[in-house]
Amino acid sequence: MKITFELNGALTTVDSPPLARFLDVLRDTLGLTATKEGCGEGECGTCSILVDGEVVNACLLPAIQVFGRSVETLESLSDPAGPLSKLQESLLATDGAQCGICTPGMVMAGTAFLRQLKATGAQPCDRSIRQAIAGNLCRCTGYSKIIEGIKMAAAQGTPQESAHD
Amino acid sequence: MNPKIVGTRVPRDDGRQKVTGESLYVDDIDIPGMIYGTTVRSPVASAKVVSVDWDEGYDWTGIVRVTAKDIPGENSLPLLIDDQKILADRRILHMHEPIALLACSDPTRLREARGHVRLRYKSQPMVSQIEDSLEAEVKVFGADNVFKDIQISKGDPATILPKCHHRLEESYITGHQEHLYLEPQGMIGAWQDGVLTLTGSLQCPYYVHKAMKAVFGLKDDEVRVNQAVTGGGFGGKEEYPSLLAAHVALLARKSGTPVKMVYERAEDMCATTKRHPSEVTIHGGVDEDGHLLALDVDVVLDGGAYCTLSPVVLSRAVLHAISAYRCDHVAVRGRVVATNTPPNGAFRGFGAPQTIFAMERMMDLIAETVGISPAEVRCRNHLQNGDSTATGQILQQGVSAGAVLQKALDASDFHSKWEAYQGSHSNRNRRGIGIALFMHGCGFTGHGERDLKSRAALRLFLDPQGKPRAQVLASTTDIGQGMRTTFRQIAAETLGIAFEQVELAPANTAGVPNSGPTVASRTCMVVGGLVAEAGKGCLQELGFSGTTSEVELAAALASTGAVTCEREYEPPPGLVWDDKNYRGSAYPTYGFGCTICEVEVDAVTFETRILDVVTCQDVGRAIHPSIVEGQIEGGTVQALGFAGFEKVVMHDGTMRNHDVSNYVIPTAADIAPIRVLIHEEPYSGGPFGAKGIGEMPMDGGAPAYVAAVSQAAGVSFQQVPILAEDVFAELLKKKAVKRS
Repeated sequence: MKITFELNGALTTVDSPPLARFLDVLRDTLGLTATKEGCGEGECGTCSILVDGEVVNACLLPAIQVFGRSVETLESLSDPAGPLSKLQESLLATDGAQCGICTPGMVMAGTAFLRQLKATGAQPCDRSIRQAIAGNLCRCTGYSKIIEGIKMAAAQGTPQESAHD
Repeated sequence: MNPKIVGTRVPRDDGRQKVTGESLYVDDIDIPGMIYGTTVRSPVASAKVVSVDWDEGYDWTGIVRVTAKDIPGENSLPLLIDDQKILADRRILHMHEPIALLACSDPTRLREARGHVRLRYKSQPMVSQIEDSLEAEVKVFGADNVFKDIQISKGDPATILPKCHHRLEESYITGHQEHLYLEPQGMIGAWQDGVLTLTGSLQCPYYVHKAMKAVFGLKDDEVRVNQAVTGGGFGGKEEYPSLLAAHVALLARKSGTPVKMVYERAEDMCATTKRHPSEVTIHGGVDEDGHLLALDVDVVLDGGAYCTLSPVVLSRAVLHAISAYRCDHVAVRGRVVATNTPPNGAFRGFGAPQTIFAMERMMDLIAETVGISPAEVRCRNHLQNGDSTATGQILQQGVSAGAVLQKALDASDFHSKWEAYQGSHSNRNRRGIGIALFMHGCGFTGHGERDLKSRAALRLFLDPQGKPRAQVLASTTDIGQGMRTTFRQIAAETLGIAFEQVELAPANTAGVPNSGPTVASRTCMVVGGLVAEAGKGCLQELGFSGTTSEVELAAALASTGAVTCEREYEPPPGLVWDDKNYRGSAYPTYGFGCTICEVEVDAVTFETRILDVVTCQDVGRAIHPSIVEGQIEGGTVQALGFAGFEKVVMHDGTMRNHDVSNYVIPTAADIAPIRVLIHEEPYSGGPFGAKGIGEMPMDGGAPAYVAAVSQAAGVSFQQVPILAEDVFAELLKKKAVKRS
């Protein structure tokens, strides 16, 4: 069936079985491979994307559920050779990415958290950042440098919105 | 010379691609005409194969089918002893052993077809764990189920032990640990004009190269192995990818198209290697002040159904059994045995975390017996310059055990906390603090490096702008540990050019020399050392005795043309190793570390909360401090997972909790900040003084955590992992809680 939704700011229509995993629609049908598959059971967060601003595991998401909604993937945050988002810059500065396979999901979860901070005016603390990324597993870093990166981005003020916001 | 690049936090080589998602991992790579492969696996742990048949009622059109009959030569995977089958033919030795392979352009049909392969077999009795293996009449391997037996002997422990003031005995158990690299195993194979090209998630391109040459009878230039960006390895992608490579190559050979195979998570957890479970028994003898006088250590590891790298894992296990302590009378016996479980293999630490766990718990027992603190017993016994190890290696210099111990004690406020937490078990939330002191041999064991003859090269040339530019040629892989950045720093510093003026040749066996595997904490120290030597060689060829100005370097290159210098590993002088008797220099140098962990145990729910972790580790020289911190933080958290979270439930030869929901690794919310103190005791044989750091952080977390939980709960634990249910069970056993 035809499913129409907003993808990274652009109106998009795909022809997909309604119950196809949205992760496969992104990676195979649309060729957007920044979103990774780590476990296929909604546990590791490697496939985190934003749907109407909320963090969602794309591996558990039936394609039909994005109908009429706004989807953001890591590809929305920067263009090749273009400037990076504040969080991406901060993770570079703190060495928050090691093997990099959890990074796309981590950046999306972190971006949602930073937007929430901006909306509420709250200050981030170690504990709130840890809670915000508790659904995203990382096997390399021990999380410290990812948390530092999110803290650094928060300290720099407004998180960069996706290029199309 | 004051280093300008070494010791700084330059931007990570692959950082931008990783934060933007532009890095291409195996599953992101598409080749025209490529189809997908899958593996049909054994549903039984021990059996004789009667036949492998295809369901005749199923439409097999468009599905490529491979069994052991399709293997052109010997059906064995070349590693240490070549016992592992590429596809089971006559005998099945473990659950999920590969039986047949399928490939198809449609992944949905592929999954469906898997259910139409008919395996007929006769079940055989099985050996499921260590105790059974040594006693069993069933033979999984050889005449006695023992893959390897090693003994170390120093002094006369048999005479000294009975005479000691205090004699202690305890047994320690560690379980399987799953790597859970977040990118599952994956490989693409393609044949073109008789050349086999493999692109995979892997640590050791030349392991795959060597194995494929043997399996398919190919020459050096008829196999090309590329490393795709790799989403974590931790040892799990050391030897295993060779099997996957053989599988995709067989499918690609039969289908005539490129074949990609990426494991599903459950398949990866069930079928691939894990950390060896261990049982270690220590008899210790000390004087009345707690000084170690004699130690007798018995180590048994569970190797699983095939040998893989188990003898080498055992070697590192026994060589770390006495860890960072001085003892004149030592006997260590190690055996690795066969069971009908999926083969165990390389995992960060490679046997050392298992024996170090046992020795550290023994040190705690000694402290308790003698009536001194766990810190004091370590202060009294740690190695110092001039001491000898269990193999008789005299450590002339660089023994930093005392320094790292002191720094960690100070930073954690260990003394006052340990005193305060003694005997305070009345509150609901009970606190404890534990300490572990450890060391880790850097690089390959014994003559390993000498025999390996690793090579790496540097090419120095002028770029189109007339600036000197260098390319590093090494088969070492970046698996997230930051090797690409570290090597660029070493080359740039050695040549006296900017970091930006150094690049790395792709890790492809067709274009780079064999630098040995990316394992054993050898990447920076050994191969990085070769890069530095090659850099010096380039400068010498241009007539310089050291670094010079960019202008002079450019002028020399303009007149001479590009220069390339390759260096092969040469063992440092005085490194003598007797592999038969396990005497001499087991490793060229050692890193030392101390980890202190503070926890709170809830006496109602039995949950443990980590409050603080301090770790001080001697890395020789931190080429890139952030990368080194990242290794220590990540390794420490992996060790805490091993200690308190990660329980592989192995039943009837299979991992029952083969999903990420039920095999739990630490999340950000489970872990306190890891406070890292880097100690630098330079090693003259490493580039700019660097030692290895990849594995050592895995050594100390488990004993420190278990000591802390033991103090908090008021019962002593001798095993890992310890989950809430284990704390409850132990307290119940000691009647410290009542079942309500």
